[in-house]
Amino acid sequence: MNKVVKNVEEALVGIEDGMTLMLGGFGLCGIPENSIAQLVKMGVKDLTCISNNAGVDDFGLGLLLHGRQIKKMISSYVGENAEFERQMLSGELIVDLIPQGSLAERCRAGGAGIPAFFTPAGYGTEVAEGKEVREFNGKPHILEMALTADYAIVKAWKGDTEGNLIFKATARNFNPMMAMAGKITIAEVEELVPAGELDPNDIHTPGIFVQRIFKGEKFEKRIEQRTVRVRN
Amino acid sequence: MALDKNGIAKRIAQELKDGWYVNLGIGIPTLVANYIPEGVEVEFQSENGVLGMGPFPFEGEEDADLINAGKQTITVRKGAAFFDSAMSFSMIRGQHVQLTVLGAMEVSQNGDIANWKIPGKMVKGMGGAMDLVASAENIIVAMMHSNREGESKILKKCTLPLTGVGCVKKVVTELAVLEIRDNKFYLIERAPGVSVEEIIAKTEGDLVVPEFVPEMAL
Repeated sequence: MNKVVKNVEEALVGIEDGMTLMLGGFGLCGIPENSIAQLVKMGVKDLTCISNNAGVDDFGLGLLLHGRQIKKMISSYVGENAEFERQMLSGELIVDLIPQGSLAERCRAGGAGIPAFFTPAGYGTEVAEGKEVREFNGKPHILEMALTADYAIVKAWKGDTEGNLIFKATARNFNPMMAMAGKITIAEVEELVPAGELDPNDIHTPGIFVQRIFKGEKFEKRIEQRTVRVRN
Repeated sequence: MALDKNGIAKRIAQELKDGWYVNLGIGIPTLVANYIPEGVEVEFQSENGVLGMGPFPFEGEEDADLINAGKQTITVRKGAAFFDSAMSFSMIRGQHVQLTVLGAMEVSQNGDIANWKIPGKMVKGMGGAMDLVASAENIIVAMMHSNREGESKILKKCTLPLTGVGCVKKVVTELAVLEIRDNKFYLIERAPGVSVEEIIAKTEGDLVVPEFVPEMAL
């Protein structure tokens, strides 16, 4: 089944105001940067974005925040973005902060057909407010609901025409679970190859989870915290 | 004299046991990796999806696709593994990681920890901290004894929104090593040259002080 679309414009067709999007990445690592740039161009607004972080002021999801395109963010850590913090503290932006492991598992559950699960994370904190608590093995757990999205947008290192994906190093992060949880999943890849060129043993995300795939035109891959050691 | 951040990290590194998988939080905890005791082999897990973290890369060898949970460029050691976020937190929630070291804004004598939010002022989010503290068997908090205003962060009861309840068992500050038991702090060691009186004065929570308090051996 050929999932290839021509370019980012074609890949993002159908995304409208008010929709819920999942966007892969951890910090600026493994984010679908070509698709984010296209969302800015499209000017879609009132979006609910599910993403571990919110980018920085001038890159990643920060670009969508800058244009006030996001109505609600569901994330675990947003500390690197001053505009985000401003919009949140002033009430312009609705923010649902949830523990990182719960966020990952909620996406996985959404894609795996599990409507909810119990986790100890967040018990006794603000996160547990309004959630069912149940004890297992003498320890309290809270009920967390699965997450799904109208569109999941992920970034992979290599992909083939069938939509099979391979991620590189820590750029994998949330991408595989989000790919599973999108009603329509769009993958932007650095290398797009014909089916058969990727070893089936090496596939991280099988193509069944991917509806559209395209080769990203340009990857800036900005580094958030450049840390190095001195050569002796 | 009170320890600096590296001193706190060095003292925490003495807690590492051979064969452990360890998750280090952002800030002082990250420095613990620089002081692994001789003869001890540990693997560092970073919750964004890597086991077997190595040192920072040499200049010019940074890879944007290879970072730790603090978004810093890193390298990996021989035998490292990459994985997705759901598997990463399976390691954490499933208690396959033996030790978690993280920072805090406040710790209370029943083991509660607060480190993710100051209402109305600062909201960074909890990241992986809530998952880590809810499941880790061993949690060591690395923190300064007081905040910038000079108020104690070692409290009877936390005032900030909590990250986890009743989970912290050990705290290492620039002044002391404290253990939490029976709803009290126990003074275990003091930093070289720091008096017991100073520690008592800077601790708001109930503190049990034995007759003899040894100095940390660093």
